[in-house]
Amino acid sequence: MTAVKDFPLSAEKTKDGGGRTRLLYGFTGITLALVVLCLGMALFYAGQDITQGDVQRIFYTHISSFFGAFIAFSATVVGGIQYLRTRHPKWDSLALAGVEVGTVLAFINLATGAIWARPIWNTWWTWDPRLTSAAVMFLTYVAYLMLRNGIDSPERRRVFASIYGVLAIATVIFTLIIIRIRPDTIHPAVIGSSPSTGAEGGFEMSSSMVTTLLFTLLTWSFFLTPALIWWRIRLENTLERVNKMKQIYLER
Amino acid sequence: MNTPFLQVMLAVIAKDFRAELRSRELIGTMLMFAVLSILVFSFALELDRIARQEAVSGVLWVTLVFASILGLNRSMSMERENASIEALLLAPVSRAALFAGKFIGNFVFTLIIGLFLLPLMTVLYNMPLVSGWMFVVMAGGIFGFASTGTLLAAMTVQTRAREALLPIALLPVALPLLLSAVKASTAIISDAAFDTWATWLQIIIVVDIVYTVVALLGFGFVVEE
Amino acid sequence: MSDSSPNIIEVRNLAKTYDVLPVLKPLDLDIPRGQFVALLGPNGSGKTTLLRLIAGLIKPTAGTIRIGGWQIPQETEAIRAQIGMVSHKPLLYDNLTARENLRFFARLYHLPPQDIPPRIDLLLKRVGLFKRAETLVRTFSRGMLQRLSIARALLHDPHVLLFDEPHTGLDRDAMTILDNLLLEAHQEGHTIIMTTHHLESAAQLAERAVIIYRGSIACDTPTSPDLPRTYANVTGGIV
Repeated sequence: MTAVKDFPLSAEKTKDGGGRTRLLYGFTGITLALVVLCLGMALFYAGQDITQGDVQRIFYTHISSFFGAFIAFSATVVGGIQYLRTRHPKWDSLALAGVEVGTVLAFINLATGAIWARPIWNTWWTWDPRLTSAAVMFLTYVAYLMLRNGIDSPERRRVFASIYGVLAIATVIFTLIIIRIRPDTIHPAVIGSSPSTGAEGGFEMSSSMVTTLLFTLLTWSFFLTPALIWWRIRLENTLERVNKMKQIYLER
Repeated sequence: MNTPFLQVMLAVIAKDFRAELRSRELIGTMLMFAVLSILVFSFALELDRIARQEAVSGVLWVTLVFASILGLNRSMSMERENASIEALLLAPVSRAALFAGKFIGNFVFTLIIGLFLLPLMTVLYNMPLVSGWMFVVMAGGIFGFASTGTLLAAMTVQTRAREALLPIALLPVALPLLLSAVKASTAIISDAAFDTWATWLQIIIVVDIVYTVVALLGFGFVVEE
Repeated sequence: MSDSSPNIIEVRNLAKTYDVLPVLKPLDLDIPRGQFVALLGPNGSGKTTLLRLIAGLIKPTAGTIRIGGWQIPQETEAIRAQIGMVSHKPLLYDNLTARENLRFFARLYHLPPQDIPPRIDLLLKRVGLFKRAETLVRTFSRGMLQRLSIARALLHDPHVLLFDEPHTGLDRDAMTILDNLLLEAHQEGHTIIMTTHHLESAAQLAERAVIIYRGSIACDTPTSPDLPRTYANVTGGIV
């Protein structure tokens, strides 16, 4: 155990590391409580949709996971640009954490969408433009992880990943706006009015539904996603520390 | 202090064209692939008159994307073969100028393939593919592929998987372009009014500008250690 | 260029770390104008890293390099025009002729257009490839590629010439031709830094040997026929 103390990541980290850990635990606790509250609101507080019934309740999670992914992928862009400017690995950790968390959230988004579509559209999946671009968005970030894996030199890996992370946000933005520009999508626009006359499964929202949606959106975007990213960065720091210790040990 | 941007760009373009004229490695493989792809598609899809109208622009663009990937890989591995990219980096030239040179080369090569495919598919599929707007959409789409493709090929050529990774990295990022280009081409073929598909052309132009700026800025980071 | 120092190259506190692995520990090195320096050391000692840092191909983790009054990493672009580099890889294009290769690089170095053809002729004659000027580089032998590389590095008449293991893969005759070209360049007044494993050539050509071992300068000495023994002592190897 003494060996671990011999190689602290950096001086400042050990000094207030305990404080940061407490902060993270507190933040995680609040996040968990809020997520449970969100689910409770979605299941018991929000009014039932007249035409779709209880299936509609999945929408709160469906939309929120997309916005969570959007926040996470935006963190990747910030991390990437900052890494290229400063060359400090911590920014790359942020970018990587953003991609991993965002990819999971994007997958939740796709899965909940499919579960909703089964009773409403009578199919798990359809090659609708919105669905296709959401799927491609998910694959873009899988490609990001593959690209990272293919590069041996840690410095090159960070540089390439930073640039790809910036480029990849284009598919996220495209997925966001495609619903406004494609009149032939059947995916309903939940926020704002759908320009698509062919949208199937849209619904009018009562005030309890609006409250629930907003609450869930904010929780997923500003609590759940940041908390997950934070944990992922900590994991990366620990991994790096282990690697450093290994290397120093081998040098001896 | 640096050699002027334009001179470097033109020198790189001239060098690539001269090497290409001599070996015909790039255009030759791209062209052969494109023709084969179109023939295979027409067999595989067994297109009747109506289905053809729907599918023809998809066939055109998928073929173009893969042909451009072939060309991009070749163009970048040419710089890696004798480590000659190092000689480019040693010279007092801006990295953006090197990018512009490689990018315009790739753009022109792929455009040549596209221009060859239009009359060929007009004959084979009996569709009116040769038109002014078609040319504009084609140039716009290829412009975006070539700029992101040049950037990404410079990355993937340095990975363990090399050539295999370029399509995986490029296709998802190129989707906004690909989708818009297919939609615009379909509209042009079916003789739709400009207003109905102008949005697609606008998206192509916006994406082209964004991608090219990112690629110009990013290229230096990618080639330098 | 405001340069009063007799040293064309001044390396200060230069260090390079790959990730957490220190390849080059902070080192100082002064090289007077016109000196021929051999950089020696076993594989992985950091000598190639030092050469690539001076060439501006990689960025230092810490420290500075001054070349002819300009500073790396701040003024790398100004320094590039003063440096020519020959690596053990040819850095040439297979599908172009010798002359086309040189013409391309001459344009990258912004030589005046009217000077380019005579300069290329002169260099091709000097490296003995004038008769092969219109031949594709892909047909060249290892030795011919190396000579053409030297012509490429000399195109813009740089103050400093860097050679990264130029002897690798050459046969006896090619090596003799290479050594003569190196000697000629030195006599012309170019400052030369060369990494090599070929200790005899180093002892013969260079005035000064710098031995890098485990990322530090282990020995800095004028060359003598004793060089192989010194080298063995420093690196703990066999003569």
